[in-house]
Amino acid sequence: MKDELLKIEKLEVIYKTSEETVQAVNGIDIVLNKGETLGLVGETGAGKTTTALSIMRLLPERTGKVLSGNVTFEGENIFELSDEDMRMKIRGERIAMIFQDPMTALNPVMTVGDQISEAIYYHSEKTNAAGIAARVDKVLELVGISPSRKNEYPHQFSGGMKQRVVIAIALACEPVLLIADEPTTALDVTIQAQVLEMMGELRDRLGTAMIMITHDLGVVAQICDKVAVMYAGEIIESGNMEDIFVSKEHHPYTEGLFGAIPDLASEAKRLSPITGLMPDPSRLPQGCNFQERCSHCMEICTKKNPETYVNGTHKISCFLFKNKEDRGDGDEKK
Amino acid sequence: MKKNDKATPIVELKNFKKYYDVGGHRKLHAVDNINASIFAGTTLGVVGESGCGKTTLGRAMLKLIKPTSGEIIFEGVDISELTPKKMQPYRQSMQIIFQDPYSSLNPRKTIYESIASPLIVNKIFKNSKDVENRVHEMMKMVGLAERLVNSYPHELDGGRRQRVCIARALVLKPKFIVCDEPVSALDVSIQAQILNLLMDLQDEMGLTYMFITHDLSVVKHISDEILVMYLGQCVEKAPSSELFKNPLHPYTKALLSAIPIADISSRNRKIQVVRGELTSPIDPEKGCRFAPRCKYSQAGCLGKEIPLIEVEPNHYLACPYWEQAIDN
Repeated sequence: MKDELLKIEKLEVIYKTSEETVQAVNGIDIVLNKGETLGLVGETGAGKTTTALSIMRLLPERTGKVLSGNVTFEGENIFELSDEDMRMKIRGERIAMIFQDPMTALNPVMTVGDQISEAIYYHSEKTNAAGIAARVDKVLELVGISPSRKNEYPHQFSGGMKQRVVIAIALACEPVLLIADEPTTALDVTIQAQVLEMMGELRDRLGTAMIMITHDLGVVAQICDKVAVMYAGEIIESGNMEDIFVSKEHHPYTEGLFGAIPDLASEAKRLSPITGLMPDPSRLPQGCNFQERCSHCMEICTKKNPETYVNGTHKISCFLFKNKEDRGDGDEKK
Repeated sequence: MKKNDKATPIVELKNFKKYYDVGGHRKLHAVDNINASIFAGTTLGVVGESGCGKTTLGRAMLKLIKPTSGEIIFEGVDISELTPKKMQPYRQSMQIIFQDPYSSLNPRKTIYESIASPLIVNKIFKNSKDVENRVHEMMKMVGLAERLVNSYPHELDGGRRQRVCIARALVLKPKFIVCDEPVSALDVSIQAQILNLLMDLQDEMGLTYMFITHDLSVVKHISDEILVMYLGQCVEKAPSSELFKNPLHPYTKALLSAIPIADISSRNRKIQVVRGELTSPIDPEKGCRFAPRCKYSQAGCLGKEIPLIEVEPNHYLACPYWEQAIDN
């Protein structure tokens, strides 16, 4: 299980227009092993989708630019591959992506069967029509849709079923890495539960590694093995499930995220939101990006970028923990 | 629970029905026989999946949609048959906040123009200085910085836009507001800010809300009473705390269990995943509409109307076999 599948090092991505430069991703590191599921959590605009698009090399051509950093997938540097190799060998075949909105991700004038077989046709060698049709049936069954519906069009499916079709397309070539960009955000809770359950089962059966992009910590708690919390283009906290959900130490932002979730068990009437808004990514402040919203903000936070405090698998980028270490207040180092 | 000083509810729906013609003499039962009453200063939460008729119900409350049959009683007057002209005095006391703050603001109007337009349309003030004062007062109330007054919607993020929508809804000092999924398009951290704002405004101005959402965890904090809808029908209605402590209808239980909890100790809990999807609301069969997806369903569920009965004080339920569902 410990084989390294994907490694992102110091990735920096900007969107540049004539008017401004948006610093979307600012030096993130991610390591994902085979068969693991990583939850990438953060608010809108935190850079989650940009990270995913960089892995797929699908950044908008004119504006999106990778400034520095490497993405290594199965030992190969993604940024050094030719467009042709990327299209034929990686994208759709080894790495597949599920997009947020199943209503717009499908072609409305093609039957779902054709959309699935298209992926198989381009990525499998020497497959005849009968072979492809058999694969389509198999993959539809896998996601829980009766193969008899393959000649129907997307509008004949409900939202949850459409998302299953999208997942079927993504799984058609049995990728080793599946990037799911908010796969259940557009769905109802009951359908979300169905889709998550199915994705969990498929992952266990096929051994696919997954990057689950979401803003819902509840979804993460159900399906992931590790978590990375993103804020303004940086990973501010990462670790395994225990580090994030059991440990008492958190980045103030992560704490805020937990506080903002309406708690079904508590009787409290008021919620405790994080005050303020995320900084404008085209004008990031000096020092820590979270300073304006942070209740523990110190002088040093406005001057220097926070250092990363490491405790086993748990990493937090915040000066609060640096100070604790200095003071020898080290009860967190068990 | 807030105490209501008046015994008469501010808004009441009686046997409300809305059917849509879908051709070929078939009818789509969007809302079927809903009875609800909301007392002044309280919040009724309406919960259900997409397509269950909750938005239709919300719009009907404001008579933006003409009901097929039934009464809408606003402050003691049946408004369901009033002409648009006669509706006008009531319009000022009822407002709506829509789901998507990105599409419910006119992109070519500044924030000032958007908030001021209800005042101008209703000719509330004679001079423009008063309008200006009121707009500034509203912006302060919902927590919008004054410098944004001449901005356009595209310059604001979702949370701020939703604040503009709230300011616009409140500018006429209404009594009753329908909030149609006001936070579902927002991020969790912003969502909590908006929910707190809505609760503060309710306390300050004594507003009455009907809060429509698909997310039970959102509605818990803001509602006094919750109505669970399934395919146009009310399946369970109870005070908020009671519903969360003691959900009785299999559908409510499934909804509650489907909410992902941010706690890994709950990871292996058994989720009652509801199989299948909503059945068609076009000419539905008599009986319980949830029966095809319900794991406790039995022969008696279909074929006859299932009435909403008060099984415990103030706790209404439309499921004749609920006691068996508990035992399991």
